[in-house]
Amino acid sequence: MNTARFKRLAMGAALVGGMLLGAAMAQAEPMKVGFVYVGPVGDHGWSYQHDQGRQAIEKALGDKVQTTFVESVPEGADAERVITKLAKSGHKLIFTTSFGYMNPTIKVAKRFPKVKFEHATGYKRSKNVSTYVARFYEGRYIAGVIAGRMTKSNIIGYVASFPIPEVVRGINATLLGARSVNPNVTIKVVWVSSWYDPGKEGDAAKALIDQGADIITQHTDSPAPLQVAANRGVKGFGQASDMIKFAPKAQLTAIVDDWRNYYISRTKAVMDGTWKSSATWDGIKQGMVGMAPYTNMPAEVAKQARETEERISSGKFHPFTGPIKDQSGKVVVKSGEVLDDGKLAVMNWYVEGVEGKLPK
Amino acid sequence: MNGFDILAPAILTVITASTPLLFAATGELVTEKSGVLNLGLEGMMLVGAVIAFATASVTGSASLAIVAAAAAGAGMALLFAFLTLTLMANQVATGLALTIFGVGLSALIGADFVGYALKPLPQLDIPGLSQAPIIGPIVFGQDFLVYLSFAALIGVSWFLKRLRGGLILKAVGESHDSAHALGYSVIRIRYLATLFGGAMSGLAGAYLSLSYTPLWTEGMTAGRGWIALALVVFATWRPGRVLLGAYMFGGITILQLHAQGMGIEISSQFMAMLPYLATILVLVLISRDKTKIRLNAPACIGRMFRPAK
Amino acid sequence: MFLRLEPRPQTSVLQVYLSPVLAIGLTLITGLIIFAALGKEPMTALYTYFVLPISDLEGWTELGVKATPLVLIGIGLSLGFRANVWNIGAEGQLTIGALAGGGIAIFNHQSESALLLPAMILAGILGGMAWAAIPAWLKTRFNANEILTSLMLSYVAVLLLSYLVHGPWRDPEGFNFPESRMFPDAGAMPILLDESRLHLGALFALLAVAGAWVVLSKAMIGFQLKVVGAAPAAARHVGFSQNRLVWFSLLAAGGLAGLAGVSEVAGPIGQLTPTISPGYGFTAIIVAFLGRLHPVGVLMAGLVMALTYLGGETAQIEIGLPKAVTGIFQGVLLFYLLACDVLTHYRIRLARSYAKSFEKTPAAGEPAAERSAAE
Repeated sequence: MNTARFKRLAMGAALVGGMLLGAAMAQAEPMKVGFVYVGPVGDHGWSYQHDQGRQAIEKALGDKVQTTFVESVPEGADAERVITKLAKSGHKLIFTTSFGYMNPTIKVAKRFPKVKFEHATGYKRSKNVSTYVARFYEGRYIAGVIAGRMTKSNIIGYVASFPIPEVVRGINATLLGARSVNPNVTIKVVWVSSWYDPGKEGDAAKALIDQGADIITQHTDSPAPLQVAANRGVKGFGQASDMIKFAPKAQLTAIVDDWRNYYISRTKAVMDGTWKSSATWDGIKQGMVGMAPYTNMPAEVAKQARETEERISSGKFHPFTGPIKDQSGKVVVKSGEVLDDGKLAVMNWYVEGVEGKLPK
Repeated sequence: MNGFDILAPAILTVITASTPLLFAATGELVTEKSGVLNLGLEGMMLVGAVIAFATASVTGSASLAIVAAAAAGAGMALLFAFLTLTLMANQVATGLALTIFGVGLSALIGADFVGYALKPLPQLDIPGLSQAPIIGPIVFGQDFLVYLSFAALIGVSWFLKRLRGGLILKAVGESHDSAHALGYSVIRIRYLATLFGGAMSGLAGAYLSLSYTPLWTEGMTAGRGWIALALVVFATWRPGRVLLGAYMFGGITILQLHAQGMGIEISSQFMAMLPYLATILVLVLISRDKTKIRLNAPACIGRMFRPAK
Repeated sequence: MFLRLEPRPQTSVLQVYLSPVLAIGLTLITGLIIFAALGKEPMTALYTYFVLPISDLEGWTELGVKATPLVLIGIGLSLGFRANVWNIGAEGQLTIGALAGGGIAIFNHQSESALLLPAMILAGILGGMAWAAIPAWLKTRFNANEILTSLMLSYVAVLLLSYLVHGPWRDPEGFNFPESRMFPDAGAMPILLDESRLHLGALFALLAVAGAWVVLSKAMIGFQLKVVGAAPAAARHVGFSQNRLVWFSLLAAGGLAGLAGVSEVAGPIGQLTPTISPGYGFTAIIVAFLGRLHPVGVLMAGLVMALTYLGGETAQIEIGLPKAVTGIFQGVLLFYLLACDVLTHYRIRLARSYAKSFEKTPAAGEPAAERSAAE
């Protein structure tokens, strides 16, 4: 990456075989921060956004840090070795950015008590392992509000990956947002059984449009569904990053994963010794979930979207506020009550208005 | 909403899903007919896809991009041919290594193109015809590459059945020693067949990154090279059945997505298994007649050739 | 100017050992060029790639962990490949082996029985065999090509795993995340070396190497495999049952792949997850041929292959080499290793013309077309 830094390292390695000297010099060197990605940084989705966060650390802290990343690390036996290697090679803070890294992270953390670990989307913590995840459902609720206003067929098409709580929560939040402005909306879900297969994601979007959906939203990684929406003359939402370039006339907004602030603040915390194990679940308020500009919609809809965003970010409103009914029509959350984080975290039921049965 | 409203666009979707498979499988069929087994389709497709996208982004010319993708696929195949035909490296292993190489190479070339969008290829538009109900958009509303994939298949079919070159190609795949004894240059013919297969894989990649999903992301083929490979076997090395296989596989993939949208209550993973299971089932049905398979499978596939004289 | 290959009267023993050395030499030179072109210090890059990953004991044990599934599967595949049985679905057989073994651990998650692990291992082997029996049956009964059936069944197996860990088998205390519960201690592979992840599976891999060697050199079925591969017509003439070989090859490969699968989940992973194998079933095909289908060769090839993965990770960490480059480098290394094989059977000469490159050499015997594939 950085040539000057590399040369320094190279000379060390040439002298005595690198590692030893590298460790000895670690004190004087910038603090090393490591990242483990599940996909290639070129996926333009999940891993790509984490890498934006990594680059933000370098930009913000300059010479004081040195970042390393390992991409496309499979979530099997390899993850533990890669995390161990990062810890052994002097990284003081390591971000493991996929759910499947949870147990490997915990295991390695036990072996390296002085190294701090940050695991994305998991639930196991320890003294030196924090977890963090974003309240993407907040953004999805806003997308739902927009979709509810924009749809003419009253059918929203949802391209989904796997039936895990995170995805189910997103589907439900979208539905609740849409029904808050348009009680006739239903959501059709198509599962592609993959996080990343542009062709299949696009085909799923086409199938949904063929079945009458005129708004497409997705919980898979590629811009393909949005491109399909643009091509078929319907509207859609960007996922993970602002995808306006892929669909300048079709993207309504995008729910952006924005890890930058969190990554910078956690790195600083390790530097000044204030880092503590914590469970972070941040949303729009803290900037972990960002909304791309509201485009391709009437000013009045954009205004309503902005108001919804403002109400959520100020804490005046929670997307999962009752009354909420499940598919059988049973009231699950009473009027005025809010679904608590514990129940949100394990959500495995659809709210009324989502079509089909949730695969169990 | 009635059946016909869904039918026409669904068929369109099937066509786009099947086209990359058709390209790659048709090319691999010719390669295998000459007695060469190249398992590196995935790698060649990826390099074709990234070269097509890069060329189109830089020059703005789709036709140039298509040509460049075919050339890039052929270039990868040339590497494979040199290793396996000239240096006689093992074909199966070299093909797999070619995929590893192609995944890396395409990622390296494509690093600067992630996140850029292209306009999809223009679709044929014949006033009147393209708007005709159902048939119109299906027959007259595709982009250039879809027609090319059919042309290639028909061309290959005709070449293998009717032309002298086709007969020679099959003879080389059937018995390289006899073909050599008759004075044909086995290695040269196999080189050409392998290059053709590579070029077709390149086109399959071009279709992915220019038309199917006009974007570049790493590993965007998502295993289609493997499916194309299986389809050649499925087709028992007959071009007509390649078409059947590609469209059946694409068709069932799309069908299960539609079934989900209609709210069918079967786990999505089981739905996703359908195209694979259907392919096995149909293969079993058409394979039962042993003699027919023997006639079509190239006897020398995967074997090395070294002339004795 | 054409390269002209002159057959050696007999396989060069010297070249058998020399050709990998030459291949590695060529790779190093190519590596130097690639790394220099990318602005990396070439010597450091090579050191990082090949030496640093195994510069301490932990590195060596990790090499063993990574090579274990590759060797296990590679051994199984090499048996079938000798008889031209093209099982390319080891990935699926691995997955079903992991499911079968893992299932036993999940349903006996409170077990402290010493029999749990043996039962899991047995189930893993049987699971892999059962999955491989499908293509064997379809091949022998319906003449369905095993390339297609075994490959397609791999996708089915991975989807089945996905279904189970997303649904019925997910950890009841796991907040509906797609993972099974952790296996009990009684269901974990014993560790061979303290403080490492090197597990019993590595020993199984070595046993498989020895077993395959015995089968090939001493057992009748091994002899038959070799004959069928080298001279199918002769084999038919003597009346070897092709069907029996198909069954044997697929069941052996399936069993070993299943063992690899259960070793992974009961070893370094410790639970069922949506991704168990990063494509070991496919990589092992390269390993089998790189090892020239010989058991000891497969062992060496598995270690080399494992080292290239470890090297790729280390290079990303230590010098920020992108994954794309490590992939290219891995491909190049394999190309050289495969291409240099030619030297064991042929001498290379330069010929003036294409026609001349085929000129007969008086001393040449007639190398069987299949020989380099079979040896």
